[in-house]
Amino acid sequence: MAKDKKKSNTPSAILNATPTKGDRVFDVINIIIMVILCVVIVYPLYYVVLASITDPKVVNTGKLLFYPEAPYFNGYAEALAYPQLIAGYKNTIIYTVLNGIVALACTIPGAYALSRRDLVGRRPIMFLFTFTMFFNGGIIPMFLTIKNLHIYNSPWALVLPAAVSVYNLIVCRSFFESTLPHDLLEAAQIDGCNDFRFFFQIAVPLSKTIIAVMLLYYATAMWNTFFNALMFLQDDDRMPLQVVLRNLVLSNQLSASASGAEAAEKQKLVDQLKYVIITVSAVPLMIIYPFVQKYFASGVMLGAVKG
Amino acid sequence: MAKQAKVSVDPNAGDRSVFQRILRSWQLYVLLLPALVWLILFAYYPMYGLIIAFKDFKIRAGILASPWVSPWYKHFAAFFSTSVAKTTIVNTVLLSLYQLLFSFWVPVVFALLLNQIRNDKARKAIQTISYAPYFLSNVVLVCIISVLFSATGVVNNVIQATGGNIRNFTSEAAYFRPLYIGSTIWQSMGFNAIIYIAALTGISPDLYEAALIDGANKFQRVWYIDLPLIMPTVILMFILAVGNIMTIGYEKAWLMQAGGNTSVSEIISTYVYKTGLQSAQYSFATAVGLFNSVVNFIILVLANLVAKRTADISIF
Repeated sequence: MAKDKKKSNTPSAILNATPTKGDRVFDVINIIIMVILCVVIVYPLYYVVLASITDPKVVNTGKLLFYPEAPYFNGYAEALAYPQLIAGYKNTIIYTVLNGIVALACTIPGAYALSRRDLVGRRPIMFLFTFTMFFNGGIIPMFLTIKNLHIYNSPWALVLPAAVSVYNLIVCRSFFESTLPHDLLEAAQIDGCNDFRFFFQIAVPLSKTIIAVMLLYYATAMWNTFFNALMFLQDDDRMPLQVVLRNLVLSNQLSASASGAEAAEKQKLVDQLKYVIITVSAVPLMIIYPFVQKYFASGVMLGAVKG
Repeated sequence: MAKQAKVSVDPNAGDRSVFQRILRSWQLYVLLLPALVWLILFAYYPMYGLIIAFKDFKIRAGILASPWVSPWYKHFAAFFSTSVAKTTIVNTVLLSLYQLLFSFWVPVVFALLLNQIRNDKARKAIQTISYAPYFLSNVVLVCIISVLFSATGVVNNVIQATGGNIRNFTSEAAYFRPLYIGSTIWQSMGFNAIIYIAALTGISPDLYEAALIDGANKFQRVWYIDLPLIMPTVILMFILAVGNIMTIGYEKAWLMQAGGNTSVSEIISTYVYKTGLQSAQYSFATAVGLFNSVVNFIILVLANLVAKRTADISIF
């Protein structure tokens, strides 16, 4: 801890100047707790990744893995040849991109309009949106809606219901309210700028952060969508990654491509494929999130400050 | 979630009629249009669909033409006459209550302890690590549970190595709630702590210095300064959590359902999915879902009332 003092430039550095014995004990216990927490959080993820590149024989002995003892990459080769998995990946990417476009087109302009104090009917409209956060039709009426709109079993069945998240809309509206000064609007209006121009040429360029946050929120949600796909899609070849993942890992529909002779080898592959598939499904988000997590956090704060 | 900011006064309000003002800002309504269309199609149209809870819905006839049932509460009565009603309601309430009881305070304690880590880099690193599981989907989460806790999984092997017996964690009823709640804590502790961490960084260092001069040790500073100062945030989050008590996620419960654990893992929403979409009893399932939504809404309104009375905090 002695070294840390110099680095830390927070005001609380002064407080560490005279650590008592009790404080030292507190610090040591605290550091131990934090280390244990980090291990508990990281190890399951690390284990799955390791198991995906380790010989299933070693994995099945069930000992704790800390490094790849007997590397074995056939699972990945097999997974790449698995048509359902590739199709699921492709579908998920398509749905995520489509949803990103549609959701931004609905959320950003809508949130901007609702952030304008001079919008007649702002409060009742806002109430109509907020109300749906606390009360909704539920599973069956939603299913019937999808049927009645004739978008059942099409990408739109996933994309359109997720086009607006009211929580995101509120976060975004709060952002506009707090970052776009009213004077700016007035000045622009005096210069003859209409609402469209103000939105597209002034508000949007000033709001890159919130657009990024929104895109991240929507993309994560769509990447992880499972139940809606199960309910609103029918054809196997349209299912997104999460449904494929669940079919393969949880419902045990895995079967290795080889048949006949190499039964043991086959079982090895099936065991490893589970870990491989979990890894490839989770990896994109795990790679991206450290870079974007500060935006997620800022979104949480915006959402919390004004509801 | 605080109160509405200031009530705005449009400077032009006086000299224009409402109609003129709407007309003048027609472009704003155009910007709002896509979101409004979504609101009508995917939020209020499904709510209109709720009326089939009082009808005998036939796919062919559609929502409007399907006949009303008599008495109007026929499907509700049918639900309450089954033994499933009691089981699912009890399971839903217990799962939510236990989750609230065991998981709510974890992010608070985590935030308090993390705030005491003085090395900035270490603190940020721990925080980033703590979010990681939040980005996993429910499917990935349940898959990880299933491979780690299966009969041949690493957890059982460790238990065996230390002299215990293999347990069927993923299919035995007794382990469903601990696994469900434990994995929720694992997944959301870091993310739920964000708001408390932010509240803690806003505390004035003067307070700590004053406490230090009075001879307060670290634990006392956490207990007498940090905790009371983040209490309003904690209370607000608690009320929100209480308000959501009946909306426990059905996705994870449904995914975790296996063989022997349905006696505790069958909650109202998983039951709605099964009866409604898997056995096509649309009206009956809608009635069950509506019952759940209404109870939830009442709890939310009550929680909000209490919050307004006691802490002057409102989410509406």
